[in-house]
Amino acid sequence: MSDAARARDTVSFDASCPIPASRYDAIVLGHGSGGRLSRELLETVFLPALGQGPELAQEDQAVVPLPTSGRLAITTDSFVVSPLVFPGGDIGSLSIHGTVNDLAVGGARPLYITASFILEEGLSTALLRRLVESMRRACDAVPVRLVAGDTKVVDRGKADGVFITTTGVGVVPDGVHLSATLARPGDRVVVSGPLGDHGIAILASRQGIELETALESDSAALHGLARAVLDASTEVRCMRDPTRGGLSSALNEIAAASRVGISLRESDIPLRPEVRGACELLGLDPLYVACEGRLVAIVGADDAGRVLAAMQGHPLGRDAAVIGRVTAERPGIVSLKSVSGGERVVALLSGEQLPRIC
Amino acid sequence: MKYLDEYRSRAPVERLVRAIERVATRPAVIMEICGGQTHSIVRHGLDTMLPELVELVHGPGCPVCVTPLEMIDRAHAIAARPGVIFCSFGDMLRVPGSDGDLLRAKARGADVRVVYSPLDALKLAEQNPHREVVFFAIGFETTAPANAMSAVLARKRNLRNFSLLVSHVLVPPAMEAILGAADNRVRGFLGPGHVCAVMGLEEYRPIAARHGVPIVVTGFEPVDLLEGILRVVTALEEGRSGVDNQYGRSVRDDGNRAARDVIDSVFEVCDRTWRGVGKIAASGYRLRDELRELDAEARFDVGRIAPVEPAECISGFVLRGVKKPHDCPAFGKRCTPETPLGATMVSSEGACAAYHAYAKEPRGKRLPLAGRDAVAP
Repeated sequence: MSDAARARDTVSFDASCPIPASRYDAIVLGHGSGGRLSRELLETVFLPALGQGPELAQEDQAVVPLPTSGRLAITTDSFVVSPLVFPGGDIGSLSIHGTVNDLAVGGARPLYITASFILEEGLSTALLRRLVESMRRACDAVPVRLVAGDTKVVDRGKADGVFITTTGVGVVPDGVHLSATLARPGDRVVVSGPLGDHGIAILASRQGIELETALESDSAALHGLARAVLDASTEVRCMRDPTRGGLSSALNEIAAASRVGISLRESDIPLRPEVRGACELLGLDPLYVACEGRLVAIVGADDAGRVLAAMQGHPLGRDAAVIGRVTAERPGIVSLKSVSGGERVVALLSGEQLPRIC
Repeated sequence: MKYLDEYRSRAPVERLVRAIERVATRPAVIMEICGGQTHSIVRHGLDTMLPELVELVHGPGCPVCVTPLEMIDRAHAIAARPGVIFCSFGDMLRVPGSDGDLLRAKARGADVRVVYSPLDALKLAEQNPHREVVFFAIGFETTAPANAMSAVLARKRNLRNFSLLVSHVLVPPAMEAILGAADNRVRGFLGPGHVCAVMGLEEYRPIAARHGVPIVVTGFEPVDLLEGILRVVTALEEGRSGVDNQYGRSVRDDGNRAARDVIDSVFEVCDRTWRGVGKIAASGYRLRDELRELDAEARFDVGRIAPVEPAECISGFVLRGVKKPHDCPAFGKRCTPETPLGATMVSSEGACAAYHAYAKEPRGKRLPLAGRDAVAP
């Protein structure tokens, strides 16, 4: 559309519409039109919530300086969590934490984030503003700059409130090289805290299950903790944040990529009593339940103590524990020595974890 | 965690394993009836701690495994009808019918919901008066009281949009069928603790007497299971049969009278087909005639169901402990947890699924569960 045409549109819109557009308290399809309503959504919700002036929206791209050293790390992730607001977080902060964590576990310092929003017609604009403000707070805390974004609106019923996709760019300092292929027999497995808080908190709020204590999601940005781990040891082989599929998926990936076995001790794996209780009741295995603020690191045996101490000295790693070791035996297999003394394989799930009937 | 940790801790577990090692002098093939017991055995690796002489064999007590294909196809057909909200326990969703599973039906537009209790389905019916809410009432005697209660409450609340697709099965007739088969290998049973908490012990005494087997009603934690195994092995060594109760903290001789009364007021005994096993007389529950208005089979005419069972699936033999998953030509090739031919590859306590997880192990260390002889080292 030419500038002249846009100007004509604006004029006719102003002239024919008796109700100011800002009166909308819910998202309508027009907010995704690219026209005046889109502009207004940007200026009344996104830019204020992000604490940005209109200059953020002036160009079709963000232009940022290149880092002077190191390598670029780039990652992207989509967030479709329901409910949008849950104990301990919301989809806004989660969409920042998730992408920051994917950068952080690669040893990268997060620099920039972009965000793309799919909004469902009818979403409350007050809720949207709250979610975007939550994103901003999460960015400020890292800090990482949200430099570009996009919004689309779909018909009611074609999305679930809001879906957010974030892309992160960070820089891996020279000399840092982490990879799932680098685990070696003898290495130790260190986890930064209790497993499954996020998954069970979400499930409890979705199903209306009341727990005795207020369990909150562990959603958090792990860049500081990851930095502390890397500062403590040069023998860190790789790190993961065990999200979907839980600890099991993260360790199975590493075991397969490095062609090693991983042997865990159930008694050493930290679990909150309420997560354990909920899993017992619902027939779920906490090793497969998602975390959004936990870090698992594979570390050379001699440095395991140092890494553990570094984690425990960080606010997000106080309950860190060494939970197992890498073995030459049974490459590709993750196994677990149970509290009772037996042993079992911790296999990859083939799909969603479904509650058992018996 | 109280009431759990003391039944899992290592010292009593090791004491029991040593005791079993001391007592066992000859091969003992023991079937644990209940899927919950199987799950616990695998989860805690108890099978890997037992002496070679003691072989554990899976029973048919995984309710999703034995639900007949015809009933699953019927469930899919009902779920696919417009206006229906189809409610099921979670692990039923991945059980394959003739044409995919309930997850695929959901992807095609069926409104399929996972519930933790039939009372949740009842709530859905109250919240959606213009929709038909159908609950897939499966399971053994354990789930029957709550499922029956949903029928009682639906009637009391005059909920006309709620119905039950009933495919309940009973443990004692299945044990009779296993013991009566010519190729039976099972010499003793861990009896189903939760089933007996409802039904009591009486109906197991004639089975033990008739077939001369020990039946030890057993709980679900490592200490329970090992104590049950020790009692069965001891009885076999001493040549004793009869019913014994290891799970006294939950199971009374006469079970739970109130729960049985609810069952009796809603269900009556009928013949049932068990997937992979075949028809067993008087082996299930159906809704009583006077509750026919709550019967989803009667309410929804879905035409003729013509189930197609994959010809090469041997899950029926696996369920009876006669064959091992590795005996199946499709195992690990055409039949995997992602593409299951039979239900024993679906459920986490299904024998084939458990074997599949371990079979990835290249060195062929001894397998979990039954049949460590099935894999060459």
